[in-house]
Amino acid sequence: MEFKVPTMAELMAAGEEPEILFWVGCAGSYDERAQKITRDICKILHHVGIKYAVLGTEESCTGDPAKRAGNEFLFQMQAMTNIEVLNAYNIKKIVTGCPHCFNTIKNEYPGLGGTYEVIHHTQLIQDLINEGKLKAEGGESFKGKKITYHDPCYLGRGNGIYEAPRKALEILDAQLVEMKRCKSNGLCCGAGGAQMFKEPEKGNKDINVERIEEALQTNPQVIAAGCPFCMTMLSDGIKLKDKEQEVKVMDIAEITARANGL
Amino acid sequence: MVAQILFLVLTLAAIALFTVNLRKIIRNIRLGKPVDRHDQPQKRLMTMLRVAFGQSKMVVRPIPAFLHFFVYIGFVIINIEVLEIMIDGLFGTHRIFNGLGGLYNFLIGSFEILAFTVWVSCAIFLIRRNILKLKRFSGVEMKSWPKSDANYILITEILLMSAFLFMNAADAKLQLLGASHYVNAGAFPVSQYLINLLPSSESALLIVERSCWWFHIIGILAFLNYLPYSKHFHILFAFPNTYFSNLEPKGEFTNMASVTNEVKAMLDPSFVPAETEPGKFGAKDVTDLSWVNLMNAYTCTECGRCTSVCPANITGKLLSPRKIMMDTRDRITEVGQNIDKHGAEHQDGKSLLDDYISREEIWACTSCNACVEACPVNIDPLQIIMELRRFAVMEESQAPGSINAMMGNIENNQAPWKYSPADRFNWAQES
Repeated sequence: MEFKVPTMAELMAAGEEPEILFWVGCAGSYDERAQKITRDICKILHHVGIKYAVLGTEESCTGDPAKRAGNEFLFQMQAMTNIEVLNAYNIKKIVTGCPHCFNTIKNEYPGLGGTYEVIHHTQLIQDLINEGKLKAEGGESFKGKKITYHDPCYLGRGNGIYEAPRKALEILDAQLVEMKRCKSNGLCCGAGGAQMFKEPEKGNKDINVERIEEALQTNPQVIAAGCPFCMTMLSDGIKLKDKEQEVKVMDIAEITARANGL
Repeated sequence: MVAQILFLVLTLAAIALFTVNLRKIIRNIRLGKPVDRHDQPQKRLMTMLRVAFGQSKMVVRPIPAFLHFFVYIGFVIINIEVLEIMIDGLFGTHRIFNGLGGLYNFLIGSFEILAFTVWVSCAIFLIRRNILKLKRFSGVEMKSWPKSDANYILITEILLMSAFLFMNAADAKLQLLGASHYVNAGAFPVSQYLINLLPSSESALLIVERSCWWFHIIGILAFLNYLPYSKHFHILFAFPNTYFSNLEPKGEFTNMASVTNEVKAMLDPSFVPAETEPGKFGAKDVTDLSWVNLMNAYTCTECGRCTSVCPANITGKLLSPRKIMMDTRDRITEVGQNIDKHGAEHQDGKSLLDDYISREEIWACTSCNACVEACPVNIDPLQIIMELRRFAVMEESQAPGSINAMMGNIENNQAPWKYSPADRFNWAQES
């Protein structure tokens, strides 16, 4: 990174408070592919001059996969520990890079004593575009490129956010094509509900293969994603179909960072 | 007079039998755990008006939505006709609403058109199910009773509508003949074409008219009593079911209050939890589910829109959200029958999990909410799946091995993968 990513602990030591906390999430922290997205989100925040911070090593799993797997104990242990940390730092607003963290903190933490304004990074990007702070200039041109967007379940159906990621793509002057199953009818990538961490039950095919076949029917140059788990599943699908050279799977944050030359 | 008494007895018997069965179903629903769904009455009312009355979620599939709309409107509007039949039946009158004049002709005319569109729609539905064999209507759970149930309903509706139209045709012909008692009333835009099929003697026409009249009303009373045994129950339960449906974002899962107490006590030894009844975590059987889950089960009309969008089912896995709902209904019905036969304390040694729904089914779910989104009457199969998972994980510690590993990692490393918490911020050091 060309700049230092500030942590909450540092800001607190300096007697400062950030405008927004960037909740990175486990995938964003450890998964190599997702780390790139994490850094791009930081680049966007840095570029537009928003005062932000991350928790760094003080961050912990939100408990989402434990909850979806049925382990409410583990979920609440994680949630309450996280809420203590967040409340201790007097956090008001959170941006996440993962729809699962987003959903959990936004919807399930308030009942356990943690109420914050939570947005997903595509919503942040939408706001920045609306405010004219992000323009899709000075970087790679996506003009005329065929892009299809895959709705993450926990962003789309789970929380009704369909427009923000599309808004971030519209500014590119690209050729946007929708898959047959999109928006509220979108097909899962196959990773949700803790499926990411287990082998799928036996069937005719894996869900991510079904999804990638549908995505490929649109003949895209880019498949846009908004979730690190979708990213893994879609990328695996593309590898399986041996289409890595022709089709790129990219997060909305990556596309935005590239289009702005960040 | 004999006819009037017979009519009164039949009607009362039908209503009594229906009431007994309806009360049993309500009793069964109340076997579920309490959950408060009485908040935000205005929003709930709007949801019911939009989804149940307004059929807003049907339009996703335009062809069945169009056909279903006619059947639905027919059902709602023809109840006015049934009201007239009831009064005529009880008081021995004929076409009592005749006094409405032009409006009456308009009403009868529109009933006829609706009866015809219902007839045609049901015929097309039968073709879709039995000749075109749409994938949505097949599946492992759509054998035997569920399959014939759908056909019985459609055939009954066709017969009822036919009786209604032939009754009108005979009536119209009797009116033309100037038969006494058959006052000139009504407009017959559809049944006028049936007149030539009917006999010309007044006595034969009287037999046709009365037979159709009795067939129509007895059919309706019989159909009413068929509902509690059938998937067709949705014509009543769609309304409360949408009213009491979940208004929170679909991604939000319940935070179990019983767990909150224990976790608070673990994190803070000085915390004194409020007295709560010891219960089990999650659901093994239907009585561990909430009453809303059970009402959902009675509302399900087995249309299969949930299953047709389920990513697990699409890719050939065992999970079918429709089967989850049907299993839940079958099991709660069985529990209810046990209570009727052997008393409330009787245990039959069976449970929803394992005897009806297998582990393989519940672990195939991606919790994507596609089934919940697709349901035209706001049924939530996902919540039942989650409750069963909660039981498997928290009561039995019976999760798949890899899920246990993931949970172990969260406990020990604060991430679902086995990485050191100290490395969590390493991403910031690389370019």
